[in-house]
Amino acid sequence: MSGQILMKGNEALGEAAIIAGCRFYFGYPITPQNEIPAYMSRRLPEEGGTFLQAESEIAAINMVFGAAAAGARVMTSSSSPGMSLKQEGLTYIAGAELPCVVVNIMRGGPGLGNIAGSQGDYFQSTRGGGNGDYRNIVLTPATVQEMADLTVLAFDLADKYRIAVLVLGDGYLGQISEALTLPKPTGKVFEKPWALTGAKGRKPNKIASLRLVPETSLEELNLVLDEKYKEISASECMHESYLTDDADFLLVAYGTSSRICREAVTELRAEGIKVGLFRLITAWPFPAAALQKAAVNAKNILTVEMSLGQMIEDVKLSVKDPEKVDFYGRSGGMLPETDEIKRRIKAYGN
Amino acid sequence: MHERIIIAGFGGQGVIMAGKLLCIAAMNEKKYVSHIPSYGAEMRGGTANCSVVISDKEIGSPTVPKPTIVVVLNTPSLTKFEPIVQPGGLLIYNSSLIDRKPERTDITVIDLKANDISEAEGSTRAANMAAIGKLIALKPDIASLDSVIKALEVAISARNRKHNDVNIKVLTAAYNQ
Repeated sequence: MSGQILMKGNEALGEAAIIAGCRFYFGYPITPQNEIPAYMSRRLPEEGGTFLQAESEIAAINMVFGAAAAGARVMTSSSSPGMSLKQEGLTYIAGAELPCVVVNIMRGGPGLGNIAGSQGDYFQSTRGGGNGDYRNIVLTPATVQEMADLTVLAFDLADKYRIAVLVLGDGYLGQISEALTLPKPTGKVFEKPWALTGAKGRKPNKIASLRLVPETSLEELNLVLDEKYKEISASECMHESYLTDDADFLLVAYGTSSRICREAVTELRAEGIKVGLFRLITAWPFPAAALQKAAVNAKNILTVEMSLGQMIEDVKLSVKDPEKVDFYGRSGGMLPETDEIKRRIKAYGN
Repeated sequence: MHERIIIAGFGGQGVIMAGKLLCIAAMNEKKYVSHIPSYGAEMRGGTANCSVVISDKEIGSPTVPKPTIVVVLNTPSLTKFEPIVQPGGLLIYNSSLIDRKPERTDITVIDLKANDISEAEGSTRAANMAAIGKLIALKPDIASLDSVIKALEVAISARNRKHNDVNIKVLTAAYNQ
Protein backbone atom coordinates (compact mmCIF):
# COMPACT_ATOMS: atom_id res chain seq x y z
CA MET A 1 0.00 0.00 0.00
CA SER A 2 2.94 2.36 -0.52
CA GLY A 3 2.08 5.67 -2.10
CA GLN A 4 -1.18 5.87 -0.23
CA ILE A 5 -2.32 9.11 1.29
CA LEU A 6 -5.24 9.88 3.58
CA MET A 7 -7.61 12.16 1.72
CA LYS A 8 -11.16 13.42 2.08
CA GLY A 9 -13.59 12.26 -0.62
CA ASN A 10 -14.39 15.75 -1.90
CA GLU A 11 -10.71 16.69 -2.14
CA ALA A 12 -9.78 13.40 -3.81
CA LEU A 13 -12.43 14.15 -6.43
CA GLY A 14 -11.01 17.63 -6.97
CA GLU A 15 -7.45 16.39 -7.39
CA ALA A 16 -8.64 13.65 -9.75
CA ALA A 17 -10.35 16.27 -11.92
CA ILE A 18 -7.08 18.16 -12.20
CA ILE A 19 -5.23 14.93 -13.01
CA ALA A 20 -7.80 14.33 -15.76
CA GLY A 21 -6.99 17.71 -17.29
CA CYS A 22 -9.86 19.78 -15.93
CA ARG A 23 -8.74 23.41 -16.04
CA PHE A 24 -12.08 25.16 -15.55
CA TYR A 25 -14.31 24.93 -12.51
CA PHE A 26 -17.43 26.99 -11.88
CA GLY A 27 -19.58 26.52 -8.81
CA TYR A 28 -21.61 27.95 -6.00
CA PRO A 29 -21.11 26.81 -2.39
CA ILE A 30 -23.36 24.31 -0.67
CA THR A 31 -22.71 21.77 2.10
CA PRO A 32 -21.67 18.89 2.03
CA GLN A 33 -19.55 19.45 -1.09
CA ASN A 34 -17.80 22.71 -0.18
CA GLU A 35 -14.37 21.08 -0.02
CA ILE A 36 -14.57 20.63 -3.82
CA PRO A 37 -14.73 24.34 -4.72
CA ALA A 38 -12.36 25.15 -1.85
CA TYR A 39 -9.85 22.65 -3.20
CA MET A 40 -10.27 23.80 -6.81
CA SER A 41 -9.89 27.45 -5.79
CA ARG A 42 -6.50 26.62 -4.33
CA ARG A 43 -5.25 24.13 -6.91
CA LEU A 44 -6.55 25.37 -10.28
CA PRO A 45 -4.55 28.64 -10.27
CA GLU A 46 -1.42 26.56 -9.56
CA GLU A 47 -2.15 24.57 -12.72
CA GLY A 48 -2.88 27.62 -14.86
CA GLY A 49 -6.59 26.92 -14.71
CA THR A 50 -9.60 29.05 -13.88
CA PHE A 51 -11.69 28.82 -10.74
CA LEU A 52 -14.72 31.03 -10.56
CA GLN A 53 -17.32 31.21 -7.84
CA ALA A 54 -20.48 32.04 -9.74
CA GLU A 55 -23.35 34.13 -8.40
CA SER A 56 -25.64 31.09 -8.44
CA GLU A 57 -25.83 27.44 -9.43
CA ILE A 58 -27.65 28.48 -12.59
CA ALA A 59 -24.86 30.82 -13.58
CA ALA A 60 -22.27 28.13 -12.83
CA ILE A 61 -23.85 25.48 -15.07
CA ASN A 62 -24.16 28.00 -17.90
CA MET A 63 -20.49 28.90 -17.52
CA VAL A 64 -19.87 25.16 -17.85
CA PHE A 65 -21.91 25.26 -21.07
CA GLY A 66 -19.67 28.02 -22.39
CA ALA A 67 -16.36 26.41 -21.48
CA ALA A 68 -17.51 23.04 -22.84
CA ALA A 69 -18.62 24.70 -26.10
CA ALA A 70 -15.11 26.11 -26.40
CA GLY A 71 -13.71 22.59 -26.08
CA ALA A 72 -12.34 22.82 -22.52
CA ARG A 73 -12.43 20.14 -19.87
CA VAL A 74 -14.78 21.68 -17.32
CA MET A 75 -16.51 20.70 -14.10
CA THR A 76 -19.07 22.00 -11.67
CA SER A 77 -20.25 20.49 -8.43
CA SER A 78 -23.14 20.97 -6.09
CA SER A 79 -25.46 19.16 -3.72
CA SER A 80 -29.10 18.22 -4.12
CA PRO A 81 -31.00 21.56 -3.92
CA GLY A 82 -28.27 23.15 -6.01
CA MET A 83 -28.58 20.35 -8.56
CA SER A 84 -32.26 21.15 -8.95
CA LEU A 85 -31.22 24.63 -10.06
CA LYS A 86 -28.74 23.23 -12.56
CA GLN A 87 -31.28 21.10 -14.42
CA GLU A 88 -32.11 23.77 -17.00
CA GLY A 89 -28.46 24.08 -17.94
CA LEU A 90 -28.08 20.30 -18.05
CA THR A 91 -30.88 19.81 -20.54
CA TYR A 92 -29.44 22.60 -22.75
CA ILE A 93 -26.05 20.84 -22.51
CA ALA A 94 -27.72 17.59 -23.59
CA GLY A 95 -29.41 19.32 -26.52
CA ALA A 96 -26.15 20.95 -27.58
CA GLU A 97 -24.21 17.69 -27.05
CA LEU A 98 -21.54 19.23 -24.85
CA PRO A 99 -19.10 17.23 -22.73
CA CYS A 100 -18.75 18.15 -19.07
CA VAL A 101 -18.51 16.63 -15.61
CA VAL A 102 -21.10 17.51 -12.99
CA VAL A 103 -20.75 16.32 -9.41
CA ASN A 104 -23.68 15.87 -7.05
CA ILE A 105 -22.76 15.14 -3.44
CA MET A 106 -26.30 14.29 -2.39
CA ARG A 107 -27.90 15.50 0.83
CA GLY A 108 -31.30 14.89 2.35
CA GLY A 109 -34.39 16.29 0.65
CA PRO A 110 -36.90 17.26 -0.57
CA GLY A 111 -36.45 21.00 -0.52
CA LEU A 112 -33.49 22.36 1.40
CA GLY A 113 -33.73 19.21 3.53
CA ASN A 114 -30.62 18.79 5.63
CA ILE A 115 -26.88 18.46 5.06
CA ALA A 116 -26.39 14.75 5.77
CA GLY A 117 -25.69 12.23 3.03
CA SER A 118 -28.62 10.77 1.12
CA GLN A 119 -29.43 8.97 -2.13
CA GLY A 120 -32.66 10.78 -2.81
CA ASP A 121 -31.61 12.13 -6.23
CA TYR A 122 -31.47 8.80 -8.10
CA PHE A 123 -34.58 9.59 -10.13
CA GLN A 124 -33.40 13.11 -10.91
CA SER A 125 -29.96 11.86 -11.97
CA THR A 126 -30.92 8.83 -14.04
CA ARG A 127 -34.05 10.19 -15.74
CA GLY A 128 -32.42 13.28 -17.17
CA GLY A 129 -33.66 15.73 -14.58
CA GLY A 130 -34.57 18.55 -16.95
CA ASN A 131 -37.04 18.69 -19.81
CA GLY A 132 -36.93 16.68 -22.98
CA ASP A 133 -35.71 13.34 -24.24
CA TYR A 134 -32.21 12.93 -22.85
CA ARG A 135 -29.92 11.02 -20.52
CA ASN A 136 -26.73 11.73 -18.60
CA ILE A 137 -24.15 9.11 -17.75
CA VAL A 138 -24.26 8.58 -13.97
CA LEU A 139 -21.26 7.16 -12.08
CA THR A 140 -21.72 6.07 -8.46
CA PRO A 141 -18.53 5.85 -6.39
CA ALA A 142 -18.52 3.91 -3.11
CA THR A 143 -15.08 4.79 -1.72
CA VAL A 144 -12.69 7.72 -1.70
CA GLN A 145 -10.59 5.77 -4.21
CA GLU A 146 -13.56 5.58 -6.56
CA MET A 147 -14.41 9.25 -6.01
CA ALA A 148 -11.03 9.85 -7.66
CA ASP A 149 -10.93 7.02 -10.21
CA LEU A 150 -14.47 7.53 -11.52
CA THR A 151 -13.89 11.27 -11.87
CA VAL A 152 -10.94 10.60 -14.18
CA LEU A 153 -13.15 8.19 -16.15
CA ALA A 154 -15.97 10.75 -16.23
CA PHE A 155 -13.90 13.23 -18.25
CA ASP A 156 -13.04 10.60 -20.88
CA LEU A 157 -16.65 9.40 -21.16
CA ALA A 158 -17.87 12.99 -21.47
CA ASP A 159 -15.49 13.73 -24.35
CA LYS A 160 -16.02 10.35 -26.01
CA TYR A 161 -19.80 10.76 -26.22
CA ARG A 162 -20.21 14.56 -26.00
CA ILE A 163 -22.39 14.13 -22.95
CA ALA A 164 -22.68 15.38 -19.38
CA VAL A 165 -21.34 12.81 -16.93
CA LEU A 166 -22.66 12.98 -13.38
CA VAL A 167 -20.52 11.76 -10.52
CA LEU A 168 -23.19 10.89 -7.97
CA GLY A 169 -21.79 10.72 -4.45
CA ASP A 170 -23.36 11.54 -1.12
CA GLY A 171 -22.49 13.58 1.93
CA TYR A 172 -20.80 10.64 3.64
CA LEU A 173 -18.53 9.97 0.66
CA GLY A 174 -17.76 13.67 0.42
CA GLN A 175 -16.75 13.97 4.08
CA ILE A 176 -15.03 10.64 4.70
CA SER A 177 -11.24 10.40 4.63
CA GLU A 178 -9.73 7.10 3.48
CA ALA A 179 -6.56 5.74 1.99
CA LEU A 180 -6.11 6.88 -1.60
CA THR A 181 -3.68 6.07 -4.37
CA LEU A 182 -3.84 9.03 -6.71
CA PRO A 183 -5.03 8.00 -10.18
CA LYS A 184 -2.90 8.56 -13.27
CA PRO A 185 -3.98 10.50 -16.36
CA THR A 186 -5.37 8.14 -19.00
CA GLY A 187 -3.55 9.98 -21.78
CA LYS A 188 -6.54 9.67 -24.10
CA VAL A 189 -6.93 12.56 -26.53
CA PHE A 190 -10.30 13.51 -27.98
CA GLU A 191 -10.45 15.71 -31.04
CA LYS A 192 -13.18 18.35 -30.83
CA PRO A 193 -13.72 19.64 -34.39
CA TRP A 194 -17.18 20.87 -33.35
CA ALA A 195 -15.84 23.24 -30.68
CA LEU A 196 -16.07 27.03 -30.87
CA THR A 197 -12.39 27.81 -31.23
CA GLY A 198 -12.50 30.73 -33.68
CA ALA A 199 -13.59 30.08 -37.29
CA LYS A 200 -10.56 31.43 -39.11
CA GLY A 201 -10.00 29.32 -42.22
CA ARG A 202 -13.02 27.10 -41.68
CA LYS A 203 -16.79 27.22 -41.68
CA PRO A 204 -18.23 28.51 -38.39
CA ASN A 205 -19.40 25.90 -35.90
CA LYS A 206 -22.80 26.36 -34.31
CA ILE A 207 -23.78 25.08 -30.89
CA ALA A 208 -27.42 25.42 -29.88
CA SER A 209 -30.29 23.47 -28.41
CA LEU A 210 -33.03 25.37 -30.29
CA ARG A 211 -34.16 23.62 -33.49
CA LEU A 212 -37.31 25.20 -34.90
CA VAL A 213 -36.74 24.77 -38.64
CA PRO A 214 -37.13 22.63 -40.57
CA GLU A 215 -39.89 21.03 -38.55
CA THR A 216 -38.21 17.62 -38.62
CA SER A 217 -34.85 18.85 -37.33
CA LEU A 218 -35.54 18.33 -33.63
CA GLU A 219 -36.67 14.78 -34.16
CA GLU A 220 -33.48 14.22 -36.15
CA LEU A 221 -31.48 15.38 -33.13
CA ASN A 222 -33.55 13.20 -30.81
CA LEU A 223 -32.82 10.18 -33.00
CA VAL A 224 -29.11 10.98 -33.04
CA LEU A 225 -29.15 11.27 -29.26
CA ASP A 226 -31.13 8.03 -29.03
CA GLU A 227 -28.48 6.21 -31.06
CA LYS A 228 -25.81 7.62 -28.75
CA TYR A 229 -27.70 6.53 -25.63
CA LYS A 230 -28.13 3.04 -27.09
CA GLU A 231 -24.42 2.83 -27.79
CA ILE A 232 -23.60 3.96 -24.25
CA SER A 233 -26.08 1.44 -22.82
CA ALA A 234 -24.44 -1.32 -24.84
CA SER A 235 -20.84 -0.34 -24.05
CA GLU A 236 -20.52 1.46 -20.75
CA CYS A 237 -22.50 -0.44 -18.08
CA MET A 238 -20.38 -1.03 -15.00
CA HIS A 239 -21.06 -3.02 -11.87
CA GLU A 240 -19.32 -5.12 -9.22
CA SER A 241 -20.49 -8.55 -8.18
CA TYR A 242 -19.43 -9.63 -4.69
CA LEU A 243 -20.04 -13.29 -3.83
CA THR A 244 -23.08 -13.52 -6.11
CA ASP A 245 -22.30 -16.80 -7.92
CA ASP A 246 -23.78 -19.16 -5.33
CA ALA A 247 -26.01 -16.63 -3.58
CA ASP A 248 -29.45 -17.63 -2.35
CA PHE A 249 -30.08 -14.01 -1.46
CA LEU A 250 -28.95 -10.95 -3.38
CA LEU A 251 -28.44 -7.41 -2.12
CA VAL A 252 -28.52 -4.60 -4.68
CA ALA A 253 -27.10 -1.21 -3.77
CA TYR A 254 -24.73 1.57 -4.82
CA GLY A 255 -22.53 4.16 -3.13
CA THR A 256 -22.50 4.37 0.67
CA SER A 257 -25.39 1.89 1.00
CA SER A 258 -23.35 -0.70 -0.87
CA ARG A 259 -20.55 -0.43 1.69
CA ILE A 260 -22.98 -1.28 4.46
CA CYS A 261 -24.38 -4.15 2.37
CA ARG A 262 -20.88 -5.50 1.81
CA GLU A 263 -20.28 -5.56 5.54
CA ALA A 264 -23.58 -7.41 6.00
CA VAL A 265 -22.58 -9.94 3.31
CA THR A 266 -19.26 -10.63 5.03
CA GLU A 267 -20.94 -11.12 8.41
CA LEU A 268 -23.76 -13.30 7.02
CA ARG A 269 -21.30 -15.44 5.06
CA ALA A 270 -19.41 -16.04 8.31
CA GLU A 271 -22.66 -17.51 9.63
CA GLY A 272 -22.95 -19.75 6.56
CA ILE A 273 -25.71 -17.78 4.84
CA LYS A 274 -25.23 -17.54 1.08
CA VAL A 275 -25.76 -13.90 0.30
CA GLY A 276 -24.13 -11.72 -2.31
CA LEU A 277 -24.02 -8.08 -3.36
CA PHE A 278 -24.63 -6.58 -6.78
CA ARG A 279 -23.25 -3.04 -6.74
CA LEU A 280 -23.95 -0.46 -9.42
CA ILE A 281 -21.01 1.57 -10.66
CA THR A 282 -23.09 3.16 -13.42
CA ALA A 283 -26.64 4.06 -12.42
CA TRP A 284 -27.26 5.13 -16.02
CA PRO A 285 -26.70 3.13 -18.09
CA PHE A 286 -28.20 0.66 -15.62
CA PRO A 287 -26.38 -2.72 -15.75
CA ALA A 288 -29.65 -4.56 -16.32
CA ALA A 289 -28.33 -7.62 -18.17
CA ALA A 290 -25.64 -8.28 -15.57
CA LEU A 291 -28.13 -7.87 -12.75
CA GLN A 292 -30.58 -10.26 -14.41
CA LYS A 293 -27.81 -12.83 -14.64
CA ALA A 294 -26.65 -12.32 -11.04
CA ALA A 295 -30.22 -12.59 -9.78
CA VAL A 296 -31.23 -15.71 -11.67
CA ASN A 297 -30.73 -18.12 -8.78
CA ALA A 298 -31.56 -15.76 -5.94
CA LYS A 299 -34.64 -16.62 -3.90
CA ASN A 300 -34.95 -13.05 -2.65
CA ILE A 301 -33.50 -9.74 -3.78
CA LEU A 302 -33.18 -6.94 -1.24
CA THR A 303 -32.64 -3.46 -2.64
CA VAL A 304 -30.97 -1.17 -0.10
CA GLU A 305 -30.99 2.59 -0.56
CA MET A 306 -30.62 5.84 1.32
CA SER A 307 -34.03 6.86 0.00
CA LEU A 308 -37.50 5.39 0.29
CA GLY A 309 -37.22 3.48 -2.97
CA GLN A 310 -35.90 4.83 -6.29
CA MET A 311 -33.28 2.44 -7.73
CA ILE A 312 -35.67 -0.40 -6.87
CA GLU A 313 -37.70 0.52 -9.98
CA ASP A 314 -34.71 -0.23 -12.22
CA VAL A 315 -34.03 -3.42 -10.28
CA LYS A 316 -37.61 -4.60 -10.85
CA LEU A 317 -37.36 -3.75 -14.56
CA SER A 318 -34.15 -5.79 -14.84
CA VAL A 319 -34.86 -9.08 -13.10
CA LYS A 320 -37.02 -11.86 -14.49
CA ASP A 321 -39.24 -12.08 -11.43
CA PRO A 322 -39.94 -8.63 -9.93
CA GLU A 323 -42.01 -10.30 -7.20
CA LYS A 324 -38.75 -11.38 -5.56
CA VAL A 325 -37.58 -7.78 -5.16
CA ASP A 326 -37.87 -6.36 -1.65
CA PHE A 327 -36.81 -3.01 -0.23
CA TYR A 328 -35.03 -1.56 2.80
CA GLY A 329 -34.18 2.11 2.89
CA ARG A 330 -33.45 4.97 5.25
CA SER A 331 -33.91 8.57 4.23
CA GLY A 332 -33.36 12.13 5.35
CA GLY A 333 -29.66 11.65 6.02
CA MET A 334 -29.97 8.39 7.97
CA LEU A 335 -27.93 5.30 7.04
CA PRO A 336 -29.19 1.75 6.56
CA GLU A 337 -28.00 -0.50 9.39
CA THR A 338 -25.99 -3.69 8.96
CA ASP A 339 -28.01 -5.47 11.66
CA GLU A 340 -31.31 -4.66 9.95
CA ILE A 341 -30.03 -5.98 6.61
CA LYS A 342 -28.91 -9.17 8.36
CA ARG A 343 -32.26 -9.53 10.13
CA ARG A 344 -34.17 -9.23 6.87
CA ILE A 345 -31.99 -11.71 5.00
CA LYS A 346 -32.33 -14.20 7.85
CA ALA A 347 -36.10 -13.72 7.81
CA TYR A 348 -36.20 -14.85 4.16
CA GLY A 349 -34.55 -18.10 5.17
CA ASN A 350 -37.35 -19.06 7.54
CA MET B 1 -8.96 -6.05 14.83
CA HIS B 2 -11.91 -3.78 14.27
CA GLU B 3 -12.10 -0.63 16.38
CA ARG B 4 -14.83 1.96 16.11
CA ILE B 5 -13.60 5.13 17.75
CA ILE B 6 -15.12 8.49 18.65
CA ILE B 7 -12.83 11.35 19.66
CA ALA B 8 -14.67 14.37 21.02
CA GLY B 9 -14.00 17.70 22.66
CA PHE B 10 -14.23 21.46 22.19
CA GLY B 11 -13.59 22.94 18.78
CA GLY B 12 -9.89 23.84 18.85
CA GLN B 13 -8.75 20.92 21.02
CA GLY B 14 -7.65 19.14 17.88
CA VAL B 15 -9.96 16.15 18.00
CA ILE B 16 -10.43 16.04 14.21
CA MET B 17 -6.66 16.15 13.72
CA ALA B 18 -6.16 13.48 16.39
CA GLY B 19 -8.45 11.18 14.43
CA LYS B 20 -6.57 11.83 11.20
CA LEU B 21 -3.25 11.19 12.94
CA LEU B 22 -4.49 7.77 14.10
CA CYS B 23 -5.75 6.99 10.58
CA ILE B 24 -2.50 7.90 8.86
CA ALA B 25 -0.46 5.86 11.36
CA ALA B 26 -2.74 2.82 10.98
CA MET B 27 -2.91 3.23 7.18
CA ASN B 28 0.87 3.08 7.04
CA GLU B 29 0.66 -0.17 9.01
CA LYS B 30 -1.54 -1.48 6.16
CA LYS B 31 -4.86 -1.36 7.97
CA TYR B 32 -8.13 -0.13 6.55
CA VAL B 33 -9.07 3.27 7.96
CA SER B 34 -11.90 5.75 7.69
CA HIS B 35 -12.39 9.15 9.30
CA ILE B 36 -15.46 11.33 9.17
CA PRO B 37 -15.89 14.57 11.09
CA SER B 38 -19.16 15.61 12.63
CA TYR B 39 -20.38 18.47 10.54
CA GLY B 40 -23.38 20.69 10.60
CA ALA B 41 -25.30 22.56 13.22
CA GLU B 42 -23.60 20.85 16.15
CA MET B 43 -20.22 22.26 15.13
CA ARG B 44 -21.44 25.80 15.60
CA GLY B 45 -22.19 25.11 19.25
CA GLY B 46 -18.52 24.64 20.04
CA THR B 47 -18.18 20.87 20.36
CA ALA B 48 -16.47 18.77 17.73
CA ASN B 49 -16.05 15.07 17.21
CA CYS B 50 -14.88 12.62 14.63
CA SER B 51 -15.70 8.98 13.95
CA VAL B 52 -12.75 6.76 13.10
CA VAL B 53 -12.81 3.11 12.06
CA ILE B 54 -9.60 1.08 11.98
CA SER B 55 -9.87 -2.49 10.83
CA ASP B 56 -8.20 -5.50 9.26
CA LYS B 57 -11.21 -5.68 6.91
CA GLU B 58 -12.80 -3.29 4.46
CA ILE B 59 -14.90 -0.68 6.20
CA GLY B 60 -18.63 -0.46 5.60
CA SER B 61 -20.36 2.37 7.38
CA PRO B 62 -18.05 5.27 8.22
CA THR B 63 -20.32 6.38 11.06
CA VAL B 64 -19.91 5.03 14.58
CA PRO B 65 -23.20 4.70 16.42
CA LYS B 66 -21.75 1.96 18.69
CA PRO B 67 -18.12 2.84 19.51
CA THR B 68 -15.70 0.35 20.99
CA ILE B 69 -13.50 3.26 22.07
CA VAL B 70 -14.46 6.78 23.13
CA VAL B 71 -11.98 9.54 23.91
CA VAL B 72 -13.52 12.66 25.47
CA LEU B 73 -11.61 15.83 26.20
CA ASN B 74 -14.43 17.89 27.75
CA THR B 75 -17.53 17.45 29.92
CA PRO B 76 -20.25 17.86 27.25
CA SER B 77 -18.57 15.11 25.22
CA LEU B 78 -18.50 12.77 28.21
CA THR B 79 -22.22 13.38 28.75
CA LYS B 80 -22.97 12.75 25.08
CA PHE B 81 -20.81 9.69 24.39
CA GLU B 82 -20.45 7.78 27.68
CA PRO B 83 -23.86 6.11 27.23
CA ILE B 84 -23.06 4.69 23.79
CA VAL B 85 -19.73 2.97 24.49
CA GLN B 86 -20.18 -0.72 23.72
CA PRO B 87 -20.19 -2.93 26.84
CA GLY B 88 -16.62 -4.08 27.37
CA GLY B 89 -15.37 -1.03 25.49
CA LEU B 90 -12.89 1.65 26.47
CA LEU B 91 -13.53 5.20 27.65
CA ILE B 92 -10.61 7.62 28.07
CA TYR B 93 -11.63 10.88 29.70
CA ASN B 94 -9.63 14.03 30.20
CA SER B 95 -9.77 14.54 33.94
CA SER B 96 -7.82 17.80 33.64
CA LEU B 97 -11.01 19.44 32.38
CA ILE B 98 -13.78 16.98 33.32
CA ASP B 99 -14.65 17.30 36.98
CA ARG B 100 -16.96 14.33 37.33
CA LYS B 101 -16.26 10.63 37.09
CA PRO B 102 -17.89 8.46 34.41
CA GLU B 103 -20.68 6.29 35.78
CA ARG B 104 -20.43 3.17 33.60
CA THR B 105 -19.15 0.03 35.31
CA ASP B 106 -19.36 -2.33 32.30
CA ILE B 107 -16.52 -0.65 30.40
CA THR B 108 -12.87 0.13 31.02
CA VAL B 109 -12.58 3.73 32.19
CA ILE B 110 -9.22 5.47 31.99
CA ASP B 111 -8.60 8.69 33.87
CA LEU B 112 -6.12 10.76 31.87
CA LYS B 113 -4.95 14.21 32.89
CA ALA B 114 -4.39 15.15 29.27
CA ASN B 115 -3.93 18.90 29.73
CA ASP B 116 -1.63 18.40 32.73
CA ILE B 117 0.58 16.03 30.74
CA SER B 118 0.65 18.47 27.84
CA GLU B 119 1.60 21.39 30.08
CA ALA B 120 4.28 19.39 31.86
CA GLU B 121 5.91 18.77 28.48
CA GLY B 122 5.79 22.42 27.51
CA SER B 123 2.53 23.02 25.62
CA THR B 124 -0.91 24.15 26.70
CA ARG B 125 -2.42 22.87 23.47
CA ALA B 126 -1.41 19.23 23.03
CA ALA B 127 -4.02 17.44 25.17
CA ASN B 128 -5.10 15.66 21.99
CA MET B 129 -1.60 14.19 21.67
CA ALA B 130 -1.75 12.95 25.24
CA ALA B 131 -5.04 11.23 24.47
CA ILE B 132 -3.64 9.53 21.38
CA GLY B 133 -0.48 8.46 23.22
CA LYS B 134 -2.55 6.84 25.96
CA LEU B 135 -4.94 5.25 23.46
CA ILE B 136 -2.24 3.47 21.47
CA ALA B 137 -0.54 2.35 24.67
CA LEU B 138 -3.79 0.64 25.68
CA LYS B 139 -4.62 -0.58 22.14
CA PRO B 140 -1.29 -1.31 20.45
CA ASP B 141 -3.06 -3.11 17.57
CA ILE B 142 -4.24 0.25 16.22
CA ALA B 143 -0.76 1.64 15.58
CA SER B 144 2.66 1.74 17.20
CA LEU B 145 4.04 4.86 18.86
CA ASP B 146 6.66 4.95 16.14
CA SER B 147 4.01 4.98 13.40
CA VAL B 148 2.11 7.77 15.13
CA ILE B 149 5.26 9.86 15.49
CA LYS B 150 6.03 9.34 11.80
CA ALA B 151 2.44 10.22 10.87
CA LEU B 152 2.85 13.63 12.53
CA GLU B 153 4.94 14.74 9.56
CA VAL B 154 1.93 14.28 7.28
CA ALA B 155 -0.96 14.98 9.63
CA ILE B 156 0.27 18.35 10.90
CA SER B 157 0.00 21.28 8.50
CA ALA B 158 3.27 22.91 7.44
CA ARG B 159 2.68 26.00 9.55
CA ASN B 160 2.21 23.94 12.72
CA ARG B 161 4.98 21.44 12.13
CA LYS B 162 7.29 23.48 14.34
CA HIS B 163 5.30 22.14 17.30
CA ASN B 164 6.09 18.54 16.47
CA ASP B 165 8.95 18.24 18.94
CA VAL B 166 6.62 19.00 21.81
CA ASN B 167 3.86 16.89 20.23
CA ILE B 168 6.23 13.91 20.29
CA LYS B 169 7.13 14.60 23.91
CA VAL B 170 3.48 14.70 24.95
CA LEU B 171 2.62 11.58 22.94
CA THR B 172 5.52 9.70 24.50
CA ALA B 173 4.84 10.90 28.04
CA ALA B 174 1.20 9.78 27.89
CA TYR B 175 2.19 6.53 26.17
CA ASN B 176 4.61 5.67 28.98
CA GLN B 177 2.38 6.78 31.82
